[in-house]
Amino acid sequence: MTPKSAPAAAIETDADDFGTALLMLVRRAIPGTRELGNLVRLSGGASQETWAFDSTGTLPLPHRMILRRSPPGYIAPFRTAGIETEAQLMQLAYDAGVPSPLVRHVLTPSDNLGRGFLMDRVEGETIPRKILRDKAFADIRPKLAFQLGGILARIHAIDKAKLPELRHITAASELAELKNAYKKDGQPRPVFDVAFRWLEERAPKDAIRETLVHGDFRNGNLMIGPDGVRAVLDWELAHTGDPMEDLGWVCVNSWRFGNIDKPVGGFGEIADLAEGYRTAGGETVDLARIKYWETFGSLRWGVMCLGMLARFTSGEDRSVERAVISRRASENEIDLLRLLAPR
Amino acid sequence: MQDNPQPQEIVTAVSVMLRDTILPQLEGRATFDLRVAINALELVARQLTHADSSSAAERARLKVLLGTEGDLTALNHALSRMIEAGTLTLDDPGLREHLWATTMDKLKIDQPNYAAYITELRL
Repeated sequence: MTPKSAPAAAIETDADDFGTALLMLVRRAIPGTRELGNLVRLSGGASQETWAFDSTGTLPLPHRMILRRSPPGYIAPFRTAGIETEAQLMQLAYDAGVPSPLVRHVLTPSDNLGRGFLMDRVEGETIPRKILRDKAFADIRPKLAFQLGGILARIHAIDKAKLPELRHITAASELAELKNAYKKDGQPRPVFDVAFRWLEERAPKDAIRETLVHGDFRNGNLMIGPDGVRAVLDWELAHTGDPMEDLGWVCVNSWRFGNIDKPVGGFGEIADLAEGYRTAGGETVDLARIKYWETFGSLRWGVMCLGMLARFTSGEDRSVERAVISRRASENEIDLLRLLAPR
Repeated sequence: MQDNPQPQEIVTAVSVMLRDTILPQLEGRATFDLRVAINALELVARQLTHADSSSAAERARLKVLLGTEGDLTALNHALSRMIEAGTLTLDDPGLREHLWATTMDKLKIDQPNYAAYITELRL
């Protein structure tokens, strides 16, 4: 997962091949490119590599770029959309007026760089605690929930006929999957049982509007500048389903990073999110369903912590970080109780 | 019987040493890694301090709630099955009280700085 675990010699050899292949690619994609500079691997994103660099040459300015690719040999979990699909969705989002970097090229086997895509680099902040606490964002924070509503309305309005093949999710199908993962762990968790029961009893049965769903739209996956949202990132979990899922997920307490009284990402109010959604032409906003999906999201994140535990217990990842993340499932338990059995 | 000091005292002494003496000497990635390790040791110290009494209280509550005997794991399995089957629901004040008490005791060990926990502690 981390490059430090690979032998140093292997990294250097790979880096040479990688650098040459990347240069050749960028020369084709951005005419006028002579050299690449400032190549760095960005942290964050365990399942995918993100490389930042500048292309320089006869261009008016250094062209800031990002290469996002799956590490060689990486097998994507079945839940993820696939990296080429991710590129296609970012392109559709860009065309729909969603803040999104321009995709320049999707890798092909002849590029010799594995699977992934090349895109323009957008500058901004993604670290939630900085977005929530730094002075630079003080003026924009109260406006973000409204902006996010508008962005989600545009994502949900993308023509379904243009979408690549995606997983379809209903609350009932996803609950069944989560329950399997929970049972596999084996430890009884009465709070999770209560949440499963509550969500199963209320799983929407009526024909809901089905749209593209980003699937991981939250504080941490949004690039923010002092002027607002500059890019929506991480389309790995995109699928089709109930659009209210995105509005609920952005409210999950885990993504408020301590600002628990501001339901939208720790910076805003649900009324503003809903108003932004409606103003941008999003059809119905169902507040009860937002709460349903928020509760769903808390349970889902809790079950995902059990996945971390499995990776630690099996010996696949024996890191201290993995061990302590596994002990955060109880955060979701208290969040679930606050939602379902408030005192 | 092992001699003193007790495990929680030793683990606490180690984490204090790491935080006060070693951490200031590091930079970059090592700082982050050591912080994670110190947090883990502090969690272990809290568990060594509190787990016996919170587990005993949890077991006592479960015996009353379910009206049966058993060890903590067996009782939790029984509770889990009853909730799943719908025979015990959140309409039961005893269940609500038990889940809250158990969860608060877990957070006290796992994440005592979690904002939702701190808010609930004040209630």
